[in-house]
Amino acid sequence: MGARSFFDRLEPHFTNGGKYEKYFPLYEMVESFVYTPKTVTKAAPHARSFIDMKRIMIYVVVATIPCIMMAFYNTGFQANAAMAATGFEPSGWRAAVLSALGIGFNPDNVFANMAHGFMYFLPIYVVTLVAGGVCEVIFSVIRGHEVNEGFLVTSMLYVLILPATTPLWQVALGIIFGVVIGKEVFGGTGKNFLNPALVGRAFLYFAYPAQMSGDTVWVAVDGYSGATALAISASDGYQTLAANGMTWWDSFLGFVPGSMGETSTLAALIGVAFLMITKIANWRLVAGCLLGMIAFSGLLNIIGSDTNPMFAMPWYWHLVIGGYAFGLAFMVVEPVSASHTNMGRWIYGALIGFMVVMIRVINPAFPEGMMLAILFANIFAPLIDHFVVQANIKRRAKRYV
Amino acid sequence: MAQTTRDLLVDPMVDNNPITLQVLGICSALAVTSSLTVSAVMALAVTLVTGFSGFFISCIRNQIPSSIRIIVQMVIIASLVILVDQVLKAFAYEISKTLSVFVGLIITNCIVMGRAEAFAMKNPPVASFMDGIGNGLGYSLILLMVGFVRELFGAGTLFGVTILPSVNNGGWYVPNGMLLLPPSAFFVIGLIIWAFRAWKPEQVEKREYKIQEAEAH
Repeated sequence: MGARSFFDRLEPHFTNGGKYEKYFPLYEMVESFVYTPKTVTKAAPHARSFIDMKRIMIYVVVATIPCIMMAFYNTGFQANAAMAATGFEPSGWRAAVLSALGIGFNPDNVFANMAHGFMYFLPIYVVTLVAGGVCEVIFSVIRGHEVNEGFLVTSMLYVLILPATTPLWQVALGIIFGVVIGKEVFGGTGKNFLNPALVGRAFLYFAYPAQMSGDTVWVAVDGYSGATALAISASDGYQTLAANGMTWWDSFLGFVPGSMGETSTLAALIGVAFLMITKIANWRLVAGCLLGMIAFSGLLNIIGSDTNPMFAMPWYWHLVIGGYAFGLAFMVVEPVSASHTNMGRWIYGALIGFMVVMIRVINPAFPEGMMLAILFANIFAPLIDHFVVQANIKRRAKRYV
Repeated sequence: MAQTTRDLLVDPMVDNNPITLQVLGICSALAVTSSLTVSAVMALAVTLVTGFSGFFISCIRNQIPSSIRIIVQMVIIASLVILVDQVLKAFAYEISKTLSVFVGLIITNCIVMGRAEAFAMKNPPVASFMDGIGNGLGYSLILLMVGFVRELFGAGTLFGVTILPSVNNGGWYVPNGMLLLPPSAFFVIGLIIWAFRAWKPEQVEKREYKIQEAEAH
């Protein structure tokens, strides 16, 4: 009760004519974070639904929890295992805290791994929230729209697709770029035709390739070279992955080097299952993306190549390595930047599935294709919708001559 | 339409800038702005070509048959561009290699063609010359701004002189590799347009549609 009356007492100061009228978005952000948003439809048709923007966004954050847990565990596990293997002496504040608490760096100890990973995750997440949040608030105050729960999703997804070793100033720069150029310049949440988290990630990928790609960035131990499954497959073929200590099950469960939250296919599949059951994610997008990937990688398997070992990679490997599963679960199904018609969703999903395999296998410059494939399809989504709608109009016009 | 010389020179800088308002000449602005030296040479070349092509076309504007006027304009512009190209090759060979095809492509630069067609065909030679120089300077202004941002943050240098010592040379600055790629000029030009329109709101285009107010709080 106390909190509600506190908000009721504050609200007049922020609404029209109040002393802090300009800062209404800030007030609204805190209030709608704590209580149900007050937005109701004021014009016909008066649709009533239990689902609103806040619930959608919170559900997506909830769906990422398995991935977050795996991010903690795997980041710590990779670092601790590398330390155990190389005899590397940890230093810095993380080591000081872990030693002081008596947790240590044993890769067999689940809690030690989680704690170590958490200490890589937390600074990146805090920097993302602060840097991106400040941009959001500045824009919402100047433009007079509300700060949206969508930012919680953007920031979480953005953190999960970064390598654990990303310098914090780059984290800040990337999320600022993602929020401002990827979303706010087009009018804010709901008007962004690209996925802001991916825009930020793509910015970092092209601006600072040394910190974003290669073999040494994925494991949080200085100078330790832990190539991703994609890099190994591109150079030696997927058959050699097992010899490098990565079985299919390792990849599926997520115990391989990679960006923090995207290594575990299982965690991503749990997330997307939750989203599909709650109908936040449209199953057509997921199905289309899977079909496109399976069909095109199958075709490439049949074609074969003597010089490019990636041609031989079967679809079930494409599914578990790199960012495919994570992207499928949280980026492909993002409702704003995807196609909006049911037919369009199939095409949009298939286009991503096709492009991922295309970039991974045929383009030698980029080992991973999920980020670029999704951004590519984002751009085509309105066009796909346009043609689907036009085709429908033509078909119906023929029916009633 | 009586414009003073000052108007002709100053108007295209901000109020009627060929890049930020008319969005012309974007291709070369993307391609040549990765370093400030190259941007400056390109800016100079385009300014001179725009100015002199305006002057010469205006001189013979009453003799040009309307049906073949584009061809005649092209001949004049192309001659000037070849002149510029040869001078660059003779005196600044390194830069001319960097600029490569983009010097030749000044011929098809929309700004040069646009001023010839829109201004020089209807106005006396001196005014046309000033108009060409003015528009060239407007183009130069944006080119130099973009080149400044891209070279400073992309390589940590200005005119090849180290300003922000980069990590590779033992300094502290981590160069932003994206700014050395041509598409980054899209972002820089976009931000400049944003800044200009925030400063001069009359440049903002009218909305082509209105978004229905669906909900209010």
